[in-house]
Amino acid sequence: MSVLVLIEHDGKSIKDATLATVTAASKLGEVHALVAGNNVGGVGDAAAKISGVAKVLVADAPHLDHDLAETVAPVAAKLMDGHDAFVAPATTFGKNIAPRVAALIDVMQISDILSVEGPDTFTRPIYAGNAIATVKSNDAKKVITVRTTGFDKAPPAGGCASIEQVDAGSSDGKSEFVSMEASESERPELTSAKVIVSGGRAFGSSDQFHSLLDPLADKLGAAVGASRAAVDAGYAPNDYQVGQTGKIVAPQVYIAIGISGAIQHLAGMKDSKTIVAINKDEEAPIFQVADIGLVGDLFKIVPELTEKL
Amino acid sequence: MKLLVAVKRVIDFNVKPRVKMDGSGVDLANVKMSMNPFDEIAVEEAIRLKEKGVATEIVAVSIGPAKAQETLRTALAMGADRAILVQTDEEVEPLAVAKILAKIAEEEQPQMIILGKQAIDDDNNATGQMLAALLGWPQGTFASKVEASGDAVTVTREVDGGLETVKLKLPAVVTTDLRLNEPRYASLPNIMKAKSKPLAIKSPGDCGVDVARRLETLKVVEPAKRQAGIKVGSVDELVERLHGLGIAK
Repeated sequence: MSVLVLIEHDGKSIKDATLATVTAASKLGEVHALVAGNNVGGVGDAAAKISGVAKVLVADAPHLDHDLAETVAPVAAKLMDGHDAFVAPATTFGKNIAPRVAALIDVMQISDILSVEGPDTFTRPIYAGNAIATVKSNDAKKVITVRTTGFDKAPPAGGCASIEQVDAGSSDGKSEFVSMEASESERPELTSAKVIVSGGRAFGSSDQFHSLLDPLADKLGAAVGASRAAVDAGYAPNDYQVGQTGKIVAPQVYIAIGISGAIQHLAGMKDSKTIVAINKDEEAPIFQVADIGLVGDLFKIVPELTEKL
Repeated sequence: MKLLVAVKRVIDFNVKPRVKMDGSGVDLANVKMSMNPFDEIAVEEAIRLKEKGVATEIVAVSIGPAKAQETLRTALAMGADRAILVQTDEEVEPLAVAKILAKIAEEEQPQMIILGKQAIDDDNNATGQMLAALLGWPQGTFASKVEASGDAVTVTREVDGGLETVKLKLPAVVTTDLRLNEPRYASLPNIMKAKSKPLAIKSPGDCGVDVARRLETLKVVEPAKRQAGIKVGSVDELVERLHGLGIAK
């Protein structure tokens, strides 16, 4: 069985989410990595070094810049003539492209898999993670997106795959990239951070959110996350959001501050190795999943904690 | 321009789903059902485009059991003009839903189809992208801003790492993210008025679509529960614990 893995990259380097995707794919068969983009020779070289990748397929053309699903999906769909499965990370990048590939080859996608149970059997979360379904695909070919926190990252070095150029297709001109407003941050990315400090609505304002959490995050070398309530209240930008409708994270340590622990939020962080909760309400549901809890006023605790660390 | 919005009847987002004892699925008997929250946002966005004078007609479509008529009536009460129910008691997967919607799009010739980015029951996040692929239309997924002008729509998308803006030639598919808008509540007079708006009923067979499932659910279980740990009494104790975890010097 040969598996086509869609590599997520920024034009220069490969995103961490891809490495976990390679691990998931390698449970199904021989991994071929698809690098699509503009001037992505360097990314192709990097993909060839990922441990477990047998072959790298590079589709390089100006119209493949910016990962537009309309141009990337047909390239992948065509390659599926020679592959048995298509696997992409369940990030906004993969979620945008994979279903388009699936429909082009008339396959029902298996979304957001947590584990590979067999060549056609997988587990996946449903109902915001309140239930885990084991599903069996009866399609001849599989299209899969991978919840990347469910799999270890493949080592990014040690491999020496062959590199092949493939047909880059064409653009029908129906969609174009206009702009990207990147959230500026010198901190680690949420989905790959070892430590995350995350704030909820209890912070009361954007100013207090940042003036209290940022120094703590800096001290710990942590990424900053937020609950949906904090994002909706405008305390933090939307891509800080951890939860079923935001990012799914699984750091070594997740520190939830002023977050009550709605199901929606827990679905995004409950696979963290250690959960620390700070909340003034000792009945808050977050304490039911926390390994270490501290009941108290975050406005006193956070500055003291930052100072003492 | 004409707009198509797709809506799904799902468990109400405030209800905690319970897994059935026999592991066959989630218990939906006597559970409150509502319109999928992301689809409500889709309906709202369509109505706003109509209020701005961009859209002239809104057709709401649902694929589901007879009771999905209630969901469509909600869409009509919010401001959709007419509704189509493709009635089936089968659980229809995103690929088949996309095929049915593509067939309806061929008949109705909308300029834009707006859908929720995912349904909160099966959490697939696939139907909109699949529909766009089947129609050969461009797609603007996870939209937080939609601006239609002339023969194009500009969509700002919520992506990992920020906000991406794309420009799509119409006709196009747009899927909604949470922050696109806040859906309105239907007023009582509008709920009354919605009862007399047209609602057509079709079957998947009318659309020529085979809805046989490709994915078989073998079992459904509750996720592993985490055990509550210890509570510490002071910041000093917490600092000590964090040192113990090796994350602070």
